[in-house]
Amino acid sequence: MTRPQLEVRDLEVRARNAAGEEVPIVERVSFALQKGEVLALIGESGSGKTTIALSLLGYARPGCRISGGTIRLGETDVLGLSRRALRDFRGRRVSYVAQSASAAFNPSRTVMAQVTEMALLHGTADRAGAERRAIELFRALALPDPERIGHRYPHQVSGGQLQRLMAAMALIAEPELVVLDEPTTALDVTTQIEVLRAFKDVVKGSGTTAVYVSHDLAVVAQMADRILVLRNGAMQEIGPTARILSAPQSPYTQSLLAAAAPVPRGADQPPAAAPVIAVQGLTAGYGRIGADGMPQIPVLRDIGFEIRRGSSLGVIGESGSGKSTLARVVAGLLPAAQGRVLLDGEALPPALAQRTPGQLRRIQLVFQSADTALNPRRSVGAILGRPITFFHGAKGAERDRRVKRLLDLVQLPAAVAERQPGELSGGQKQRVNLARALAAEPDLILCDEVTSALDTVVGAAILDLMDELRRELGLATMFISHDLHTVRAVCDEVMVLYAGACVEVGSRRAIHEAPWHPYTQLLVSSVPELRQGWLEERGSVRGPEVIGTDRPACAFFPRCSVALPGTCDRVAPPRRTLSKGADILCHREEADLLRAAIPAGP
Amino acid sequence: MLRLVAARIALGLVSLLLVSLAIFAITSLLPGDAAQEQLGQAATRETVEALRRNLGLDQPGHVRYLRWIGGLLQGDFGRSLVNDMPVAQLIGSRLPNSLMLAAATAAVSVPLALAIGTTAAMWRGTAYDRAVSMLTLSVVSVPEFLVATAAVIVFAVQLRWVSALSAAADITSVGQFFRVFALPVFSLCCVIIAQMVRMTRAALIDQLRAPYVEMAVLKGVGPWRVVLTHALPNAIGPIANAVALSLSYLLGGVIIVETIFNYPGVAKLMVDGVAQRDLPVVQACAMLFCAAYLVLVTTADVVAILANPRLRHG
Repeated sequence: MTRPQLEVRDLEVRARNAAGEEVPIVERVSFALQKGEVLALIGESGSGKTTIALSLLGYARPGCRISGGTIRLGETDVLGLSRRALRDFRGRRVSYVAQSASAAFNPSRTVMAQVTEMALLHGTADRAGAERRAIELFRALALPDPERIGHRYPHQVSGGQLQRLMAAMALIAEPELVVLDEPTTALDVTTQIEVLRAFKDVVKGSGTTAVYVSHDLAVVAQMADRILVLRNGAMQEIGPTARILSAPQSPYTQSLLAAAAPVPRGADQPPAAAPVIAVQGLTAGYGRIGADGMPQIPVLRDIGFEIRRGSSLGVIGESGSGKSTLARVVAGLLPAAQGRVLLDGEALPPALAQRTPGQLRRIQLVFQSADTALNPRRSVGAILGRPITFFHGAKGAERDRRVKRLLDLVQLPAAVAERQPGELSGGQKQRVNLARALAAEPDLILCDEVTSALDTVVGAAILDLMDELRRELGLATMFISHDLHTVRAVCDEVMVLYAGACVEVGSRRAIHEAPWHPYTQLLVSSVPELRQGWLEERGSVRGPEVIGTDRPACAFFPRCSVALPGTCDRVAPPRRTLSKGADILCHREEADLLRAAIPAGP
Repeated sequence: MLRLVAARIALGLVSLLLVSLAIFAITSLLPGDAAQEQLGQAATRETVEALRRNLGLDQPGHVRYLRWIGGLLQGDFGRSLVNDMPVAQLIGSRLPNSLMLAAATAAVSVPLALAIGTTAAMWRGTAYDRAVSMLTLSVVSVPEFLVATAAVIVFAVQLRWVSALSAAADITSVGQFFRVFALPVFSLCCVIIAQMVRMTRAALIDQLRAPYVEMAVLKGVGPWRVVLTHALPNAIGPIANAVALSLSYLLGGVIIVETIFNYPGVAKLMVDGVAQRDLPVVQACAMLFCAAYLVLVTTADVVAILANPRLRHG
């Protein structure tokens, strides 16, 4: 075997904690990479994967310090480089693709200026040459309008495109090693697949050695030759991708694999009970409401659904589909332009200010990020006590008793009441966030991406908890997520939103089966599967990325693989009921959709 | 973008109109009037009444306001009640002095403040940064009359480097220019630099924490380039606002400095106007200061809009 291109031996990184002591956050990590190999670093938050990735560029975040070990790239001892030499080394020989391209691009400079900066800085090309090379890369990464996209500013480019532009930026100086840090985590599944394919083609095509950091095993299965599993800054195991997926040795890897394929919870059929909430013909948006009853910027169009006591409705769609707006309208934060929201058969006033305290109490919202939803300066007891006093008038010992019961309900020890949110882990905070909503003793809770910010294992525990609460308390829940796995695992019914319209709604079982609405099918087939070769097998189904000047009658028309030009763009699609029991919004007959579904089946 | 800028300017004009109302109302509330002031304690009620009528002070407030604002719009600032000179001429003779002082101070303070703020942000947490923080904090907390008086005592009285009084008229050479302006400019700089340094530092540090700065470092961009080409363009908005606020002080807030150095500027004219109940002069000076303030702040907003590609191409 030839000498490896990258060799990391006994790497140790220390960070200063709140008490001012130095604690190791990465310990004794060693691995080696041959030229052209792709290694994945996988682990949950706090596993040290980003810290290791950054140390490959000789960089440690403020407050951290690379305190031991060696990193060798080619013949260079990375940790022994002077500051001046490091500047030449970074970008020229190792480059970095950050998690959030929208944050990592400078908002006040054009994309081209930032993509070519590295080549100009390191003198690998003159301006014209660098721009030519950038345009070549844009083309290789399947970016639309490669000749001119560089003249735009970051805010004028979509998230998926920015992520690909960042890959172009990383590759411009033809580095020996590319470090990709969760490059698709912030993207929708349908966008992620295109970005993954573009990355894979470019990395494999140029024979670049790469380190791919991710928490998602299914994504890693598509990209990596080998996988290194990390936990709390220590190596759990390292091996070829196929071996890690089929025969994991470490118990931790086994638990990661188990959490990646969630088990269905709850019943397949919604329980037969009266609906707690019914939404009829709901249209809502932002801006002034016109004479035709449409807001200036409509976000939701003609939405209708019911949620029964003890059942849950999953709402799924990509970013911008109107999922969160739906929760805001039901909660009364955004008054609807048209349509009704009925609570126990009684119409609710559209605006929050007109609702009675009783109505407010019965609908509670659980926000996505517990970090920002909980006041960091107050104890958990005070956070939970306030809604108890507000809605139920309980004070003193009675209030403390109720706080204790709530904590018990969300499976937290009573001692947590004395602590502040900052002292709790992410999962514990999300439990407190849930308990805060439950304090009102609501009939309906609206959960907006409540597990998105959590690690898979922690998120799965929250889903279990919610399922228990739903059965014990007979709660109706609306569960908003961009993750099809999550929604299918916890909801009795699933509603698919696309551009503010409900394109498919049906029971959980129905959403599992073909045929689907073409958008549902795109979603289903875009969720990476936990096996190698899935990405190659799956053909591209995404239509051209063009946004017409007029909104077509069916909003999905430009991306639809079975669109009927002349019909779908002109006539609003009818609602039809499929034999599996789901309603869809489509011109296509069931037989056509079934045929279309076969090659990309689950 | 043009709409945004136009809206900003229109808003400035509306503010100016409201300010004119406020100025007029407040100056009308001043106890005593020019007639009383001119004729002194001994005047009879009839002579005071006659002079009041003569000066137009017997008209109801809204009529006087409309006549005044109408005059302003036509460039007529009225006549001084005290010496019957046109107010425009009074201000015109003082304004160049004030502008010269303001320009000299701005030319010294803005580059200095930006340089200190930028370097403090770059080397944040170092001894240099802490020294800058301490110094600006202590300078901004010392009242300017103390700074000015101390400067006079040290540099004019003890060291005899410059003269204690500044009269812009005696400038004949560059050396003279420095001798006249050194002390007032120094005193004013002490007051306004601190604010600009602190805002520049804070705005830059805010940007230096952004992920795109880390990205630039990982691209191999050197520290100066990171600050100057990556962070600074994004910090222009808040910095321009801090500069505008500080500079606006130079026109209206220099009363103390002009008084201490007996400098014949507009602020001193206004102080004298108040003492003599010369309302047209006071009102015109107040309007001038407010207009200058609004022009500066609006310019800062427009700069912030132009510096932000989201708004520029919005």
